[in-house]
Amino acid sequence: MSVLSKAFWLKLSSPKTFFPFAGKAVPVFAIITLFLATISLYYGFILAPTDYQMGDSYRIMIVHVPAAWMSMWLYLVMCAYAIIGMVWRTRLSDMMAGAIAPTGAMFTFLALWTGALWGKPTWGTYWVWDARLTSELILLFLFFGFIALRAAIDDEKRAARASALLACVGIINVPIIYFSVKWWNTLHQPMTVDTSGKATLPTEMLTAMLLMTFAFWAYTFAVSFMRVRNQILEKEKNSAWVAETLGGEK
Amino acid sequence: MNLPSFLDMGHYAPYVWGSYGVVVGFMLIEVVLLVTKKRSLTKSIARLARLNRE
Amino acid sequence: MISVLRWLVWREFTLALRRKAEILTTLLFFVIVVSLFPLGIGPEINTLREIAPGVLWVAALLASMLSLNRLFADDFIDGTLEQLIISSQPLALLVFGKIVTHWSLTGLPLVLISPILGMQLGMDGDSIVVLMLTLLVGTPVLSLIGAVGAGLTLGVRGGGVLLSLIILPLYVPVLIFGAGAVESVQAGLGAEAHFSLLGAFLIGSLILAPVGAAAALRISLD
Repeated sequence: MSVLSKAFWLKLSSPKTFFPFAGKAVPVFAIITLFLATISLYYGFILAPTDYQMGDSYRIMIVHVPAAWMSMWLYLVMCAYAIIGMVWRTRLSDMMAGAIAPTGAMFTFLALWTGALWGKPTWGTYWVWDARLTSELILLFLFFGFIALRAAIDDEKRAARASALLACVGIINVPIIYFSVKWWNTLHQPMTVDTSGKATLPTEMLTAMLLMTFAFWAYTFAVSFMRVRNQILEKEKNSAWVAETLGGEK
Repeated sequence: MNLPSFLDMGHYAPYVWGSYGVVVGFMLIEVVLLVTKKRSLTKSIARLARLNRE
Repeated sequence: MISVLRWLVWREFTLALRRKAEILTTLLFFVIVVSLFPLGIGPEINTLREIAPGVLWVAALLASMLSLNRLFADDFIDGTLEQLIISSQPLALLVFGKIVTHWSLTGLPLVLISPILGMQLGMDGDSIVVLMLTLLVGTPVLSLIGAVGAGLTLGVRGGGVLLSLIILPLYVPVLIFGAGAVESVQAGLGAEAHFSLLGAFLIGSLILAPVGAAAALRISLD
């Protein structure tokens, strides 16, 4: 059955078919991750020159910027899966939404952490209450809320739908929070964190950041597939096909 | 470009390596947790299958 | 439809007034939390005046949030909620009725007692008026958004704390503009922009929150 046929994708939405498919995909994505990350770091650490103003600390951007992008993208993807699961009632979509959440939260945390460590040498402070950082922090809380709500509800279907609704409410809020804090900042005239310097980044750095972003995507695919496989195993413990498939994969 | 000056990162070593260390560390932890979970699930399923056969 | 709403509101009030203590606890919590700040920070009146808008607003946020559990819990336990859901009346309307009564018993008292607390923290007359207005416009928004969270966490273990974790991030814009309006007036500037946004939040949540809360209830009680 060709990957391009609709039948393939429909069949894939059943956990039973998805399980072996994902199992084969994980190592592929893992290799892609390591490959892209290595090239990215080569560009970023070996090829890219030391920045005149920021020194070598700006190399943190190679992971900081992709992590921030991932945190936002993953929230959207998580929402999309949650909505698909709610509307089309596909269990696998619900599982994917739940599988992406921890990785999304992790990238959000990493964005905040690397941002703080980059901010200290560059602007003298670990943290500032500007719109971007504050929204990112709230995004972390939104991820936690999603995960916590899901974990607290025992009934799987209810957990999936409740967290889906929460995710949608959150998504409306993120832009509102961003603009609220931005506006609030213009009144309080805080320290202006000048990020316009991004425009003068050497191409090697930009290449490194782009490659690292793809590496993070490949990583997310690998890790999410692993998580979904674990979820499937947990739910279908007693099914006959599970024991057979596991025996085959070993 | 020699190793000591590379590691020093223009005196920004703690920031740069502190960042990368945490990034790599968290990703490894995530992977390890998932692999461990899979192993324990596989074990319990094998045990169930054995019990069912008896 | 209006008569149903009127009936529901009347019912809510009757039930709530039978348990007056519950209404008072929210109010007392608000008062206590605000009083803790001078004790923790020191009695320097200028410092207190500066932080007063933020303190009052955060306390209002917390008090509002703690009272949310009672919005649906009682009806959930005795089965009334299920009846409301399967009734032929639009659920969003019924939810709206519940939210209105809930707010008038938990949010409105906060608005009314805020002048006293404002004076405790050294605020002047103009600021206190603005404070009351922001709370008047803002606390309904808190009740409306909170209702969605309350619906989602109905009957869930660790409900109260979980509700806080879910709802507090969503409260941030209201906090920013509510407290911001008062700070602005304290600094001698105007607060029209703040009020426009608070008003926008109110209208937006009036339209969307009852629907969202109704959806949350259906998810929880299915």
